[in-house]
Amino acid sequence: MSGPNSEYDPVEVTPLQAEHVAAARDEAIAAIAAAADLEALKQVRIAHTGDRSPLALANREIGALPPQARKEAGQRIGQARGAVNQALAARQEVLEAEHEERMLVEETVDVTLPTDRRRRGGRHPITLQSELIADIFVAMGWEIAEGPVVEAEWLNFDALNLGPDHPARTMQDTFWTEPAERHVVLRTQTSPVQARTMLTRTPPIYVACPGRVFRTDEYDATHSPMFHQVEGLVVDEGITMAHLKGSLDHLASQLFGAGIDTRFRPSYFPFTEPSAEVDVRCFVCRGVDADSCRTCRGEGWIEWGGCGVVNPRVLVACGVDPERYSGFAFGMGIDRSFMFRHNLEDLRPLFEGDVRFSAAFGTEI
Amino acid sequence: MLAPKSWILEHVDVPEGTSTDELTARLTLTGLKLEAIESAGADISGPLVVGRVLTKEPEPQKNGKTINWCTVDVGDANGTGEPQGIVCGAHNFEPGDLVVVVLPGGVLPGGFEISARKTYGHVSAGMICSARELGLGEDHDGIIVLPADAGEPGQDVRGILGLDEEVIELEVNPDRAYALSIRGIAREVAVSVPGATGFRDPALRDTPPADDQGHPVRLEDTTGCPVFVARTVSGFDPTAPTPDFIAQRITAAGMRPISLAVDVTNYVMLETGRPIHGYDADKVQGAIVVRRASEGEQLTTLDGTRRTLTAEDLVVCDDSGPIGLGGVMGGESTEISATTTRVLVESAHWDAVSMFRTGRRHKITSEAGKRNERGVDPTICEAAADRVVELLTTYGGASAEPGVTVVGEAPAMPTVTMALDLPARVSGLPIEPATTVAYLEAVGCTVSVDGETLTATPPPWRPDVTDPYDLVEEVVRLVGYDTIPSVLPAAPGGRGLTRAQQLRRRIGRTLAGAGWVEVVDFPFVGEADLDALGLEADDPRRTVLRLSNPLSSEAPAMTTTLLPALLRTAGRNVGLGASSVAVFETATVTLPRSSEAAPILPVDRRPTDAELDALVKALPDQPLHLGLVAAGEADPAGWWGPGRPVEWSDAVDAVRAVADALGLELDVRPATLAPWHPGRCAELRLGDALVGHAGELHPRVCTTFGLPARSVAAEVDLDVLIQHAVHLRPAPTFSTFPAAKEDVALVVEESVEAAAVEAALREGAGELLESIRLFDVYRSEQLGEGRKSLAFALRFRAPDRTLTDEDTTAAREAAVALAAERTGAVQRA
Repeated sequence: MSGPNSEYDPVEVTPLQAEHVAAARDEAIAAIAAAADLEALKQVRIAHTGDRSPLALANREIGALPPQARKEAGQRIGQARGAVNQALAARQEVLEAEHEERMLVEETVDVTLPTDRRRRGGRHPITLQSELIADIFVAMGWEIAEGPVVEAEWLNFDALNLGPDHPARTMQDTFWTEPAERHVVLRTQTSPVQARTMLTRTPPIYVACPGRVFRTDEYDATHSPMFHQVEGLVVDEGITMAHLKGSLDHLASQLFGAGIDTRFRPSYFPFTEPSAEVDVRCFVCRGVDADSCRTCRGEGWIEWGGCGVVNPRVLVACGVDPERYSGFAFGMGIDRSFMFRHNLEDLRPLFEGDVRFSAAFGTEI
Repeated sequence: MLAPKSWILEHVDVPEGTSTDELTARLTLTGLKLEAIESAGADISGPLVVGRVLTKEPEPQKNGKTINWCTVDVGDANGTGEPQGIVCGAHNFEPGDLVVVVLPGGVLPGGFEISARKTYGHVSAGMICSARELGLGEDHDGIIVLPADAGEPGQDVRGILGLDEEVIELEVNPDRAYALSIRGIAREVAVSVPGATGFRDPALRDTPPADDQGHPVRLEDTTGCPVFVARTVSGFDPTAPTPDFIAQRITAAGMRPISLAVDVTNYVMLETGRPIHGYDADKVQGAIVVRRASEGEQLTTLDGTRRTLTAEDLVVCDDSGPIGLGGVMGGESTEISATTTRVLVESAHWDAVSMFRTGRRHKITSEAGKRNERGVDPTICEAAADRVVELLTTYGGASAEPGVTVVGEAPAMPTVTMALDLPARVSGLPIEPATTVAYLEAVGCTVSVDGETLTATPPPWRPDVTDPYDLVEEVVRLVGYDTIPSVLPAAPGGRGLTRAQQLRRRIGRTLAGAGWVEVVDFPFVGEADLDALGLEADDPRRTVLRLSNPLSSEAPAMTTTLLPALLRTAGRNVGLGASSVAVFETATVTLPRSSEAAPILPVDRRPTDAELDALVKALPDQPLHLGLVAAGEADPAGWWGPGRPVEWSDAVDAVRAVADALGLELDVRPATLAPWHPGRCAELRLGDALVGHAGELHPRVCTTFGLPARSVAAEVDLDVLIQHAVHLRPAPTFSTFPAAKEDVALVVEESVEAAAVEAALREGAGELLESIRLFDVYRSEQLGEGRKSLAFALRFRAPDRTLTDEDTTAAREAAVALAAERTGAVQRA
């Protein structure tokens, strides 16, 4: 056994000599600086900080030193390795940034390429228009009522004070189902929903009913055997024509723009008395310079629908006490509203299913 | 109603300077809507003047015709004052006559431009005009010869011919029949135009008293015909021309001049609103009797149609039987002809409902019928008859025979009582009682007020005014609808859209978001459509509700399926060049379920619930369906690579996506149903409830509708889906322990459904299974004919711990074991 070699001079261990350590460090730093890319840097890292790198090998020698020499040698190696690691980290950062920059440039694509890998769908503009109208009423606290299109004659006519000898009941207007004695028709208006609502609910009633209706009109640019109406009905205490006007003005402004209101003209409907035709102020020319306006054709107003005070006879037939309640009702063409709102002169595209038509609206009109 | 302005203003005065626009704007606001203002001469421009014929030289032509070479004095209208040389083919004039000349530069109706041109060896510098050339009538027998005092040569002739007349076209609602007359319109002007005065009632005239010397008349049905007035004129000249003012006015009103006798009755009808019928008195045999026809009785009407009458029709008869369909159309046997010299004038009042029914039954529409079925003033029969007699004697050389027959009397008007403040309460306007009384009197009512109650007797020309609210309308329209304030009513807090309404919107958005385009089709269907789907003879979809009066005999019923229309729509889009079509529609279909009638219930009270129930039950079932059809590319080809054609799964998945939007998962089973491919049709269910079908279309159906092969379709009942939609979903909880993944490949017989294998795996794997997904279907020679390999990815996770290999292996083996037991599956090595 030999004791510690007290004669051993650490300075005599070559790898730990200061000049050797400094040389290894400088060589490493030079190699780091010379690494052109991350792969080269990786090799440099292995060569200069790996287990077999000069500094690592030198580090192992420290254990062989006498205790008094270890501290100094350890410091020397530690500083050298610290400098190398710092250089590596700095170089790594630089090279990564360079790499990322190059990669991003290389990955550039032509973003103007078409991206339509999936079909685009769309909803029918009349559906959208109906929903838009329904939303306006719902926002007023009204509800949306519904009824069937194949309807009882009594609900479509009699209950609405359209007696058996009213012109609207002749074969020219109404689709009758076979056999006629069954008294079943295709509803000619959304008004039977009024009757159904009053028969099944108690006032106050505030409802709108959009839906399909049928008339035996030959199909052309302005007529269709099937079209869409929206009906409104309010039955409450103290309801007046002023409330009717207010409701329609509100609908007009919501649908056609702020400031668009309505005009009433006396008219006749069996289910209302007094009755009025409703014109809506032309939302294109607003009545200013109407003469050259194509939308209203110089009128300043566009015919929109019919309305009036619910005829007390209708209230009676539907079980509402006319002494206590009064009401108003109105009806507008949804297709018609759509046509002038969207400048469509011929209604046939609405019903001919050319996908280009619906698709043009997407999901918003 | 077309009303010449000058005719209206003959009966009422409006303030000086009231323009036609102002006049019609007021009428529009009070209920007679202006349709158009037309001018008879609007399509004539340039110089149209009075000319005096100076010379007329007949010149026979080689073609056998004789033309007249004329010189015509047109004053200074031609700029020279020299006579104008004009060639004229007509002969009904002589030198000295005043004629109508259009000079070069003028344009006649039809865009006919006049210029000086060479013809028959002369330069003809203008044209002498006939009535037809000026659009004034059909008369082309000769040129117009003006009365000697008509005007001076060179004077503009428009005023003389009535070509400067403004004709006001008004829309008259069915309740305002009185406005189908000059009398009614003039009265309306008097009431509604500020400052209008001096209404002169054309039906207010002294009439000779009734006696028993006139043509005998007996009324057997005084409900159908309460009043009958008969007057006779004799010595009538059937060749007498209709005076210009009558011809011009009835032409302006849209009727055609025919002969003096006929034109006069039409003129008086337009003037008073009261339809008049004229008979050839010599052809009427014996007393006139008005009665209901006997069933099957025959009558040939003026239009030459032989009609079989019913017991509801009112007929005018003489000894020979029916000679007219009362109030609707006269009979041929007593028609006024070119030899008629005695005219029997009938001015009778007819029951409006009866007129309406007879008109519809015999499909007769006429100006007389239009008025009679809407209601005519019953008190003016004598006045109107007397006016006809006056015109026939004045212009037809006739003389009134003594004797005035007046049988029956005008029914009394009912009185209407209302609360004095009703107009204010209904309109929301502060209408004073005095205003109410004043306006009701202005429209002709007799009014009395007792405390808070007003009693009004409407005038005889207002049969429509029967209810208190009718009186309200009269008051409010004259106060002015434009004065009604705009007040938004405050509805009580609403419930918003119903759940079903919200879900329907969601369904539409889901499909649109998935690339489907919504369309709207008509719900009409025909047998050929159902045949084209390949439906079996006993397919319930062949039970349709038929229409009595379809627009097209090819589609005479309400459809039971949305597919025929959608297939046609898809085919049309393909035909238009679309490479990818995906369309959907949501609409109700009509499924007949009852043969009971929907009763006509009373209207004087609320029907009972039992009555309403019967009504509703008589209607067909009308479920809301969703139909969809796709053809061509599902995904387009592009720079990214090839596209993908539509296949059966696209249809199934569209419906599954809809169900998913409603929180539902559908059970899918194979099924066989037209119009689908028998091996590629899925039946979609929610437990016991059938939702619908989806899959690839039968190849023949694709061909029939012009669709590419492998097009797909689906049709489902949305009511069923919406009914089952999940409403309140509990929030899920998730395990945060790691998942373990296991793939298994199972070989099964070709006939085994993937869903069955998956279900067995799911059940066998037990609670640790988090999800399962089929990711590959593989067939090979190695597997053998009629076998396939299904590869599933299983994911396991425990709520409370990290799974061990043993856990997952056990679960996987249990899954495979159950699949083997249930479906004969063998795990692939």
